[in-house]
Amino acid sequence: MAFYILRRILAIVPTCLAVAVIVFAILRLTPGDPATVLAGDMATPEQLAQIRAALGVDQPIHLQFVFWIGRLLQGDLGISLISQVPVTQLILDRSGPTLALAISTIVSSVVVAVPLGVAAARFRHSWLDRGLMGFSVLGFSVPVFLKGYLLVLLFAVGLRWLPVQGYTAPADSMAGFATALVLPTIALSLSYIALIARITRSSVLEIIREDYIRTARAKGVGERLVLFRHALRNAAVPILTVIGIGIATLISGVVVTESVFNLPGLGRLVVESVLARDYPVVQGLILVFAMVCILINLMVDLLYCVFDPRISY
Amino acid sequence: MTHDELVSGAEPPGTIARPPQRRLSGLIASRAPVIALAYLLAVLLAASFAPLLTGSDPGYLDPGSRLQPMSVAHPLGTDALGRDLYARILYGGRVSLAVGFGVTVVSVAFGLLAGVLAGYFRACDRVIMQMMDGLMAIPSILLAIALVALWGGGLGTVILAISVPELPRVVRLVRSAILKARAELYVEAAISLGARPWRLLMRHLVPNTIAPLLIQGTFVFSSAMLTEAAMSFLGIGLPSEIPSWGNIMAEGRKLFQLKPGLILFAGFVLAGTILSLNLLGDAARDALDPKLASDR
Repeated sequence: MAFYILRRILAIVPTCLAVAVIVFAILRLTPGDPATVLAGDMATPEQLAQIRAALGVDQPIHLQFVFWIGRLLQGDLGISLISQVPVTQLILDRSGPTLALAISTIVSSVVVAVPLGVAAARFRHSWLDRGLMGFSVLGFSVPVFLKGYLLVLLFAVGLRWLPVQGYTAPADSMAGFATALVLPTIALSLSYIALIARITRSSVLEIIREDYIRTARAKGVGERLVLFRHALRNAAVPILTVIGIGIATLISGVVVTESVFNLPGLGRLVVESVLARDYPVVQGLILVFAMVCILINLMVDLLYCVFDPRISY
Repeated sequence: MTHDELVSGAEPPGTIARPPQRRLSGLIASRAPVIALAYLLAVLLAASFAPLLTGSDPGYLDPGSRLQPMSVAHPLGTDALGRDLYARILYGGRVSLAVGFGVTVVSVAFGLLAGVLAGYFRACDRVIMQMMDGLMAIPSILLAIALVALWGGGLGTVILAISVPELPRVVRLVRSAILKARAELYVEAAISLGARPWRLLMRHLVPNTIAPLLIQGTFVFSSAMLTEAAMSFLGIGLPSEIPSWGNIMAEGRKLFQLKPGLILFAGFVLAGTILSLNLLGDAARDALDPKLASDR
């Protein structure tokens, strides 16, 4: 068990290295002087010189890579070309709304989708089941920004229940913070609800045929208890898997959703930095998001052991 | 389990087949792929023959008739610069479909190459799959945005930029198909009979990848169109002189509360296209790979 955990943790090292190589290659193997590319069209000669010195472009490429990795390992992602603030600081400052949106999306998706999926499996071929399966295809197909605008049109412009756009920090007003997150969370959750409900349904259907379920029923356990105690616990592994796989998609969704609802999080920061050609920030954000994906997938893998003791490699 | 297996809601083999349902829902389910195909053909034809379907030039600026309501001259009204929305959506379809098609061709071509290398040559396997794992960890829109920012925003660069994050799934698929085929008896027989590596690959191994690639291709197509729309929507994609469904919606953002149609019309056409592609992909999977057939 301890050996498995250790091995699994060590296995992320080559993946992290691959991400670093890709990000490094994207920036350095782009045709032209990397310093001019990094600085953008509007750079002053001083900025250009500053970047050249920071990059060490006179060094051979493998040495540049080693120095760059060394700085990354110390948590140094460089300095923003526009605001001259360290990228690490910038990312920390803007992560609040993004974290809030991501967490509320994951929590509300699981809370809504798992009971729906179990119900669809229990009442298989009912209108609920068919409706859910139809809804799930629709959930994947409608772009998240379209869902966002439809929700705004309905609940903010039409019914005036919720604010159209914007964000309030929880320190300023807890109620304002909560209401600002409702529509973005729904817009983003719909496709996850679809995904998780679908996987819950199919794994419950699969498990329900197992012998121990028949045993439980035979000894007189009620249907509800069979479903929620015996079946759902074993369905946890595929549900966790889908959350792990969905994290990269969730981050893409967060970037778009923040723009629709004007939330000042990391997604807006990506768009602002790309439009301003602030490459150190873009690069830092890609690395941070990729690390988040890798770490969450690691956590998911480790949680497998908790839910299913049979899993040990 | 792969992402697509999870998404399909696939059930294990051995499910007892139920007699076909004659109820309305069953009919709709069985006809969904047909309706999807008809919708896609309609979109394709409308985009191809756009000049026959509208007399308006999608790029013609007419400051005198800004934000017009629906009328005979402008079936869907005009946008903030007085351009005909109907014409823009028709011509935008060409661009959006071209991006979907282009990304599918590029990512399948490169993915096939890399997947065959990884599946057939042991030496390449570790390196290629490690890079693919790295690519998978980077959120796709982020990667595509960064690439477009570096390469500049033309049609070609947008297609290439969206292809890069699509690669890993294609490579994994091809690699696993090749690995599975390599273990088959007929491949062993061909090797024993002295088949050269090239012949072995072309005759016995690569054909096994065609069916899964056809299925995956429809999903790559729809996912590429979604990514393009999202990028253009964020203002980092195709320049606004090239209308695509994504940047038509992007331009509608500012006036959304006043005139929701500027976003919604293009959005519904796009969502319908994505939905049809996904339904078609599901149907193709059911037909080509009955083991994965989703339970209807």
